[in-house]
Amino acid sequence: MPDAIHVHAVVPERALDLDVRVPDGSTLAVVGPNGAGKSSLLQLISGELRPDPGLVTVHGVPFSGPVRHVPPHRRRFGHLEQRPLLFPHLTVADNVAFGLRARGTGQAEATARALAELDAVGCEDLAARRPAALSGGQAQRVSLARALAVDPEVMLLDEPLAALDATVAPELRRLLRDRLAGVTTVLATHDLLDVVALADDMIELGGGRVLARGPVDDLCQRPSTPFLAGFVGVNLLHGTSRGGSEVWIGDDLAVAGSAAQPLPPGPARAVFSPAAVSVFAQAPHGSPRNEMPAVVVHVEDRWPAQRVVLDVVGQRIAADLTPQSVAELGLGAGVPVTAVLKATQVTLHPGAHPQAGDGARPRG
Amino acid sequence: MTGAATFPRWAWVPFGLTLVLLAVPLTALVVRAPWGRMGELLLSDRARDALALSLGTCAATTVIVLVLGVPTALVLARSSGRWAAVARTLVTVPMVLPPVVAGLALLTALGRRGLVGSTLSALGIEIGFTTAAVVVAQTFVALPFLVVSLEGALRSAGTSYERAAARLGASPSHVFRRVTVPLALPAVASGTALAFARALGEFGATLTFAGSLQGVTRTVPLEIYLLRESDTELALALAVVLLGVAAGIVFLAVRVGRRRA
Amino acid sequence: MPVLAALTASIVLAGCAPADDGPLVFAASSLADVLPAFAPGARYSFDGSAGLVDQLNSGAPADVFASADRRTMDRAVALGLIDGDPVGFASNRLVIAVADGNPAGITGFDESLNSGRLVMCAPEVPCGALADELATDAGLTLSPVSEETKVTDVLGKVESGEADAGLVYATDAAGSVAVDTLEIPGAADAPNTYWVAVVRGAGQPDAARVYVDSLTGQWQDDLAAAGFGPP
Repeated sequence: MPDAIHVHAVVPERALDLDVRVPDGSTLAVVGPNGAGKSSLLQLISGELRPDPGLVTVHGVPFSGPVRHVPPHRRRFGHLEQRPLLFPHLTVADNVAFGLRARGTGQAEATARALAELDAVGCEDLAARRPAALSGGQAQRVSLARALAVDPEVMLLDEPLAALDATVAPELRRLLRDRLAGVTTVLATHDLLDVVALADDMIELGGGRVLARGPVDDLCQRPSTPFLAGFVGVNLLHGTSRGGSEVWIGDDLAVAGSAAQPLPPGPARAVFSPAAVSVFAQAPHGSPRNEMPAVVVHVEDRWPAQRVVLDVVGQRIAADLTPQSVAELGLGAGVPVTAVLKATQVTLHPGAHPQAGDGARPRG
Repeated sequence: MTGAATFPRWAWVPFGLTLVLLAVPLTALVVRAPWGRMGELLLSDRARDALALSLGTCAATTVIVLVLGVPTALVLARSSGRWAAVARTLVTVPMVLPPVVAGLALLTALGRRGLVGSTLSALGIEIGFTTAAVVVAQTFVALPFLVVSLEGALRSAGTSYERAAARLGASPSHVFRRVTVPLALPAVASGTALAFARALGEFGATLTFAGSLQGVTRTVPLEIYLLRESDTELALALAVVLLGVAAGIVFLAVRVGRRRA
Repeated sequence: MPVLAALTASIVLAGCAPADDGPLVFAASSLADVLPAFAPGARYSFDGSAGLVDQLNSGAPADVFASADRRTMDRAVALGLIDGDPVGFASNRLVIAVADGNPAGITGFDESLNSGRLVMCAPEVPCGALADELATDAGLTLSPVSEETKVTDVLGKVESGEADAGLVYATDAAGSVAVDTLEIPGAADAPNTYWVAVVRGAGQPDAARVYVDSLTGQWQDDLAAAGFGPP
């Protein structure tokens, strides 16, 4: 599949150095902590940020480069962000027709197209209203219609559902999936549900660089970085394989689990859910396997469970315990404990951790 | 109105004093005005000339203020750095300058022997003592009122809508016409009202720079100043008209500002 | 002898009041250059004569009122602001002030005034009324580009070169180095007269009386030296 978007750019003042491709008609999810460069990537594509040096091409046409920079208003890209940003002085229909009118389409034709787009997002009955009279979900639907009315070459979504309340978001997520099918899309998000529902591929950005990339299914099942593991909601321990079905995370500390194929010697990682972790005050004398000395970092309330974050030989894992257990064990920051993993709930994968430790450097 | 007052009780005292201080002189003007002869006075040649001149020049000034001021406010609101700070100061200074100084400044610039005026004069263009000079003086003192108030409004409104419009394919000029100006309309309206009112009341700069001749440069304030000794009744009648127009403008500006706020 | 009397009176008065508490004199602007030199002990408020009458009428405290024309003084008398009879103490004639070097080629009080930019006082103020009178006598219709409220504004516009000619008092023109002066025939025969009087209810009636006497007495030579004519 040819690339619809190719960004190969450096922006020194934002400490960006990116090489990102989006295949035609697919959706790329961009995740990463705040300040990782997600919005900067979108701005590079939209033309609001110029690479220095670098090249941004869309369907092979250079849009930003050393010799040419097409300003944002001459690009036919659709945008949807957290705020709907509907023009408050125009009716809903005029809002949706705005892009076409700005590009010289006649009033009648633009209005007809606007009504069709409103129909497609289920808002045809709101055409005559002012944006102030819309709910948050309605406004975001209209904003989507407005973006799609100009037949955008690519769609750029920046946290499109983050401001909506939980009862409205799923419906709009479905609408996005329907309306954006086949449209090349870049989606920056903090929400795993957005990624799973909308994206084909994903990249993790950290400190202005791509830290992980791959199909969504692969990265969700086998997260390669602590951020992705946290994003997906699983634990990740990095170590080395000496062959077999163990990952050594210390000189004499190994995590046993199951691997699809026997692990080759070299870097490897263990992935497991927080529910697979048990915590004891003293080492239980039974199974000698998967017993790890740990220290409590902090405890947070995630009703109905309590999430206990542990430090295991310098790496962090989370354990979900009942409030009773937390109370009985007297867990709090700094308390030494023993963490025990059920080997049957641990999967092992070969592969290194890219830039372990400094991946998520926050930017000012 | 319900709920507890959110200010100390003693604030009522300065509040009352303020009202008295401002209302008593205005009331006195209205009470002393020769209401019985108002029509006759205002239909006199002198009054009609002064009123027509004032309204005409203020209308011209307002158009110039809008044409120059709205884009200027936008440039200032969207610029930062040292040159913008200098430009902002420059635009604000005429607001706080005594009008006589403004008149002197215009004279030294556009007068016959002025920096620019001497060249204009050599080309046969004489601004002094013409109605155009009145408009120049009014524009000089009124323009900052629009620019300063509009710049503040544009700055606090931010650029999100303008960015959204550009992303939809609107050129900068299209964004200006269809988004920036419509969204800033209340601020444009109140800024224009302020500028119009300032132009209407302009006295010192006009007297210094433009002179005073009935029907040519003698606007209502200049006529009031001249008549206050010789024909107090006509002066009072004109003063009441000026007061009424000013009050009307302020009232409209506040209403427009509220409607869209 | 009057000098001695005045001197004695001043000393006596100085004895009963603080030294800086001389009479408060409300006087026409055109006197501002000369009066303070005559009696440094007095306090002054200079303004257009008509404006000063308005101030007195509104209760402004003053001991002496000196006006630049008879009409204004009559108004003050009619309003009951004056104690006793006003006396004339000086006169002033109108002259044509032309910009340095007379660039517009003004030849005198004739049609040449209308070919340049002429500035004069508005008819509402004494200097304007006087100019109109002279023009009528000369059968001349003047078309000024501006009618100012104060004679000093007229002079200023000629000094700055904005106007080619202005009709001002001889004393004003004499005090300016930036203008040349052309006489108006017959102006000396129709002068503007200055009048002075003690204000009714003056706080210092004796000092006021002494001041008025000095103005019509020993200060006459100094007034003449400043360009004022006889009363």
